[in-house]
Amino acid sequence: MIPAAFEYHRPKDMAGVLAVLVEHGDEARVLAGGHSLIPMMKLRMADVPHLIDLQDVDGLSGITVDGGRVRIGAMTTQSDIIGHAALAEAAPIMREASLQIADPQVRYMGTVGGNVANGDPGNDMPGLMQCLDATFILVGPDGEREVQARDFYEAAYMTDREDDEVLLAVAFDAPSGGYAYEKQKRKIGDYATAAAAVLLEKNGDTCSAASIAMTNLSDTPVWSEAAGNALVGTSVDAAAIDAAVAAMLGDIDPTQDNRGPIEFKRHAAAMILRRAIARAWDRA
Amino acid sequence: MNKELSREERADALSGMGCKRKRVEDARFTQGKGNYVDDIKLPGMLFGDFVRSPYAHARIKSINTDAAMALDGVVAVLTAADLAPLGLHWMPTLAGDKQMVLADGKVLFQGQEVAYVVAKDRYIAADAVELVEVEYEELDVIVDPFASLESDVVLREDLVAEDGSLPDGAHGPRKHHNHIFTWEVGDKETTEQVIGDAEVVAEDMFYYHRTHPCPLETCGCVASMDKVNGKLTLYGTFQAPHAIRTVVSLISGIEEHNIRVISPDIGGGFGNKVGAYPGYVCSVVASIVTGVPVKWVEDRMENLMTTAFARDYWMKGKIAATKEGKITGLWCHTTADHGGFDACADPTKFPAGFMNICTGSYDIPVAYLAVDGVYTNKAPGGVSYRCSFRVTEAVYFIERMIEVLAIELNMDPAELRRINFIKKEQFPYKSALGWEYDSGDYHTAWDKALEAVDYKGLRAEQAQRVEDFKAGKTRSLMGIGLTFFTEIVGAGPVKNCDILGLGMFDSCEIRIHPTGSAIARLGTISQGQGHATTFAQILATEIGLPADSITIEEGDTDTAPYGLGTYGSRSTPVAGAATAMAGRKIRAKAQMIAAYLLEVHDDDVEFDVDRFVVKGAPEKFKTMKEIAFAAYNQAIPGIEPGLEAVSYYDPPNMTYPFGAYVCVMDIDVDTGVTDIRRFYALDDCGTRINPMIIEGQIHGGLTEALAVALGQEIAYDDMGNVKTGTLMDFFLPTAWEVPNYETDHTVTPSPHHPIGAKGVGESPHVGGVPCFSNAVNDAFKAFGLRHTHMPHDHWRIWQTANKLGLHG
Ligand SMILES: Cc1cc2nc3c(=O)[nH]c(=O)nc-3n(C[C@H](O)[C@H](O)[C@H](O)COP(=O)(O)OP(=O)(O)OC[C@H]3O[C@@H](n4cnc5c(N)ncnc54)[C@H](O)[C@@H]3O)c2cc1C
Repeated sequence: MIPAAFEYHRPKDMAGVLAVLVEHGDEARVLAGGHSLIPMMKLRMADVPHLIDLQDVDGLSGITVDGGRVRIGAMTTQSDIIGHAALAEAAPIMREASLQIADPQVRYMGTVGGNVANGDPGNDMPGLMQCLDATFILVGPDGEREVQARDFYEAAYMTDREDDEVLLAVAFDAPSGGYAYEKQKRKIGDYATAAAAVLLEKNGDTCSAASIAMTNLSDTPVWSEAAGNALVGTSVDAAAIDAAVAAMLGDIDPTQDNRGPIEFKRHAAAMILRRAIARAWDRA
Repeated sequence: MNKELSREERADALSGMGCKRKRVEDARFTQGKGNYVDDIKLPGMLFGDFVRSPYAHARIKSINTDAAMALDGVVAVLTAADLAPLGLHWMPTLAGDKQMVLADGKVLFQGQEVAYVVAKDRYIAADAVELVEVEYEELDVIVDPFASLESDVVLREDLVAEDGSLPDGAHGPRKHHNHIFTWEVGDKETTEQVIGDAEVVAEDMFYYHRTHPCPLETCGCVASMDKVNGKLTLYGTFQAPHAIRTVVSLISGIEEHNIRVISPDIGGGFGNKVGAYPGYVCSVVASIVTGVPVKWVEDRMENLMTTAFARDYWMKGKIAATKEGKITGLWCHTTADHGGFDACADPTKFPAGFMNICTGSYDIPVAYLAVDGVYTNKAPGGVSYRCSFRVTEAVYFIERMIEVLAIELNMDPAELRRINFIKKEQFPYKSALGWEYDSGDYHTAWDKALEAVDYKGLRAEQAQRVEDFKAGKTRSLMGIGLTFFTEIVGAGPVKNCDILGLGMFDSCEIRIHPTGSAIARLGTISQGQGHATTFAQILATEIGLPADSITIEEGDTDTAPYGLGTYGSRSTPVAGAATAMAGRKIRAKAQMIAAYLLEVHDDDVEFDVDRFVVKGAPEKFKTMKEIAFAAYNQAIPGIEPGLEAVSYYDPPNMTYPFGAYVCVMDIDVDTGVTDIRRFYALDDCGTRINPMIIEGQIHGGLTEALAVALGQEIAYDDMGNVKTGTLMDFFLPTAWEVPNYETDHTVTPSPHHPIGAKGVGESPHVGGVPCFSNAVNDAFKAFGLRHTHMPHDHWRIWQTANKLGLHG
C-alpha cells in the first residue's frame, strides 16, 4: 500500500493545470478529493508520475441554482451537496443519492467531478447524472466543450474525456415531479450491489415523463430509455412496473463478484428499481 | 481524616473490584498518544518489505535480485538461500509443524513470503519489491480440503520420505500426503451404537467458514541488534512476549538473557498476534546482518492474506435423542483446513484446540469427536479469533446441532435446551469428552433471558409473520436466534497445557512503594482489554491501596515476570489469579508488620478494607499506607525490610463462563438484507471486576460476531486467489451496522479461582456467532430450511430463500 514515486504539482489556475497535462499527457492526472485515485495509486493499480492537485484552482467549486438550471462545480464535495438548501429544493434527488455515497468522512473529501470523471461503474453520480440528463462541461487546451452524461461513459474507467481535459462542472435542469435514489449495499461505505435513480412526472393519474438509470450493473452506468418508456402513458400500475423492470433487465449486464452471482444481482436490481419507482411515483 | 469515613466510603475510595472504574488507558488512546510498534523510530532504522507470491501453488525456478539491489537505498535482499546457512529458511510453528520463512523452492499459498527487501526508507523498500524478478512454474492448486485428501498433488514434499512413505506428524500417523493429523476424543464405539439405536437422530454438515481476526493495527516489529553488547531488542505486536523471547532464543541460538522483547501498545490482537511470522525472523536476521534496527509492519492486505486466518472447519455432526428430546449421544467429525503449513496456535496436546468442549452446556452421556487436519493452498494460521482455542467452532457446532435436532423432534429449541442443560447440582461436571466444568447455573440464566425478551410473545409474533407472508401481506420474515454457550477459558493447568513445551501458568510481581503506592507487573499483555484498569482494581481490593495508586505494567520481558501472554481469555483466570495471590502475600506480610506496630499478636489483627485493625477494637488500626512506610523504614525484628511479592499461578482447572443470548432479526426475503431488531446478551463470567469494561467487551465481541455471521470471510477462488483482501470486501462493521445491545448477567463464581472470576472478553464472540446464525436459519424454518452456511450476507440469504421457492 505504498504508491510509486510521483511528482506533485499544485498550480494556481487552470492554465497551469492544462500546461502540466499537455506536457505529460497520460503520465499526468488531476487530483480532486483523492478518495478514488489515491487508493488506486497505493495499490499500484494506477501509475501517476505527475499528480496535479486542483485544490488551489479558483472557481471549481460551488453550486448555483439559476432559473431552473443547476450548475455544480467539479470540486464541490458530496458533503457540500448534502448541505445545500437551494439544491435540496431544486433537485432533492442529489441529496438523497449523496447521503448514500460512502460515509461522512469520504463525503467531506469526495467531489462531484472526481465521482463522475473517475469512470468507475461503482460510482453513484454517473448514473444519477444520466438520469438527470446532465451536461458535463470540460476544458482543454482548445477551450471548453460540453458533452452529455448519457454519451460520456464508454467502458470501465474509459470516458469521452481526453487526457488533457479537465471537468469544470456538471449542469442540468432542475427536475420536476417525483424522484428516488434507491441503493442496496453490504455496509456503510460500500459501493452498490444495485442502485436505481428514478425521476417521474405525473399528469393527472398518468406518468408523463420518466427517466431511469442503474448503477454498478454493467461496466458503465445504464440509462434505460426503454424502462422509462414503459412507464410513460401508464398509471404506473403493476403491469407497467413489470414492463419497466423487464426493460431494465434487458439493458444491464452485471458480473459476478463478492456482492453475489449474476442471478442475484439481477434480482436485486429488479427489487431496487421497483422500490425506487414506487417511491418516486408516490412523490410525483 | 480517614477515621471519619465509613467502611463503604473507604471501600469506594479504593475503586476496587466491582466498580465501574474508568479505563486509565483511554486518556492516551483517545488523544492519539498511544505508542504502537509503528510509532517506534530508532536512529538509523531500516525498513523491510516482502516480495510475495502471486500464485497459490508454484515452483520457484529462479529469483533475480540484481535490479532491486541496484536501486539506490536498498541495503539487502534476503532469500531462502541466504537464510539456509543459518538454518532459518524454515521455522517451527506452534503446532509442531515447520513453515518456510522465505520460499524454499516452492510456494504454497498466495501472498507467501518469497524475498525480504531491506531499504533505507519504506518507499524505497516498496519500489525494490517490484524490481525483484521471480520466475514461477505454476502447479495444480487445491483449495478444497476434501479434494486435497484425494489428490495426487503433493503439497508438502518435505513431509514425504524418499521412499514415498509418510513419516508421522507431530500428532501421530498421517493417512495421506496432504493429511496432517487425526485427533480423536471420546468413546467412538458406544457413541455410534447409541446413535444406531436412537429413537431420533439429527444429522448435518456445518461449515464454519474461513475468516480473519483483522485487528485495527496489523502485525509488525522492530528488531534492534546491538552488536557491541550482543543484545537483541525486539519490539513487536506480540500477544505473548515472553514466549516469543524463548522461541527467538531457541531458533536463533542467542541466549535468552540477551534478548529483550517488548510489546508496546497493541491495537487489538484477537489471536492474530499470537504466532511467530516470517516478518519477525527476517527482521531479526536483517538487524543482525546490518547491525542497525530494522522495522517491518504489514499492510492491511498482507494482514488479511497471510497472517493467521481463523476457523475453516467442516463439521459433520450426528446427535441422538429420545422422542421426548433427551439427548443420548453426540458424534462429530471435523475436516480442518489448515492451509499450507500447520501454524495453529493451540496448546501442544490439543491439535484442534478445545474443540472437545463441543458437548456444550448439555448433559450428554456419551460423545465422540474426530478431527482431521488437512493441507491446502491457503494461508496458514488457524488461530483463535476472539476465543479460546476453537471454542467458537465447538459452540457453533453444538448450537446449530441443537437447532437441527429441535426441527427433527418438532420441538421448541428453547425447551430442548432446557431439558438437556447440565443441572446446577451436577457441578463440578465431568463431560463425555473429558472436561470438568467448574460451576454453572444454566436454568436460572436461561429463564431470565427468555423472560427478558418475552420469548413466548416473540414466537407468537413470528407465527403471525409467517401467516402474513404466506398471505402475501409482507415480504419480510422474522428470525429468533437462541444460543446458550459454555466456554472453556483460562488455559491452563500446566499438567495438560503447554505451547511448544512452555507451561501455561501466568504471573504477577508487586512492589509496594514506601509512600503507599505500587507497581505490579504481569506476564500478560493488554491489546485493548484494559488490564491496567482491572488488575489495579483486583489489587486495590486485595491490598487496600487505591487503584489509582497502582501502576500496572506488562509487555517488557526484561522487567515483567515470565508468563504466556494474553489470548484465550486467560488473563483474568490465570494472571488475575496470580495478581490476587501475590496481593495476598503482600497482605500476609503487612499483617505481621501491623501487629508489630499495634503491639499485638499477628492473629489479633484483621484486614479491613484499607487497614489492619485490632480485633474488637477497630479504633486501633494501621492503614496499608502506614504499613508500607514502616515496611521500608522501621526496623522490625524478624522481618526483612521491603514489601514485595511475586506469584506464579498454575491454575488447577480451566474456567467455564457461560451465557444466554437472544437475537431478533427481520429479513427482507427479496434482497437478503437483514435487520437486527433486538439483541439480548446475558453473561455469567463469575465475579465481575469492572462492569463497564465487561460491557465494552460484550459490545466489541458481539460486533465481531455479527461480522463473522453476516459477511466476514476470507474467500478464495479456484486458483487460490484471495477475493477478500481489502476492507471493501472483508466486512468490518461500523456503528451503522451495529444494533443496540442489551446486556444482562448472572453471577456464578468459579470455585477454584481466588476471586471467582472466569474471563469474559471472548464470550460474546463465542456466543454471538451462533446466535446471529441461528436467527437467520430460524427465519426460514417454517419454510423447510434445516441449515444454511455462514456467512449470511445478502446474496447467500437470497439464495437460501430462492432455493426454498420464496421468490415465486
Ligand atoms: C471507503 C470509500 C467508499 C466509497 N463509497 C462510494 C460510494 O458508495 N459511491 C460512490 O459513488 N463513491 C464512493 N467512493 C468514492 C468517492 O465518492 C470518491 O471520492 C469519488 O469517486 C472520487 O472523487 P474524488 O474527488 O475523491 O476524486 P479523485 O480520487 O481525486 O479522482 C478520481 C478520478 O477522477 C479524476 N478527476 C477528478 N477530478 C477531475 C476533474 N475535475 N476533471 C477530470 N478528471 C478528474 C482523477 O484524475 C481520477 O482519475 C468511496 C470511496 C471510499 C474511499
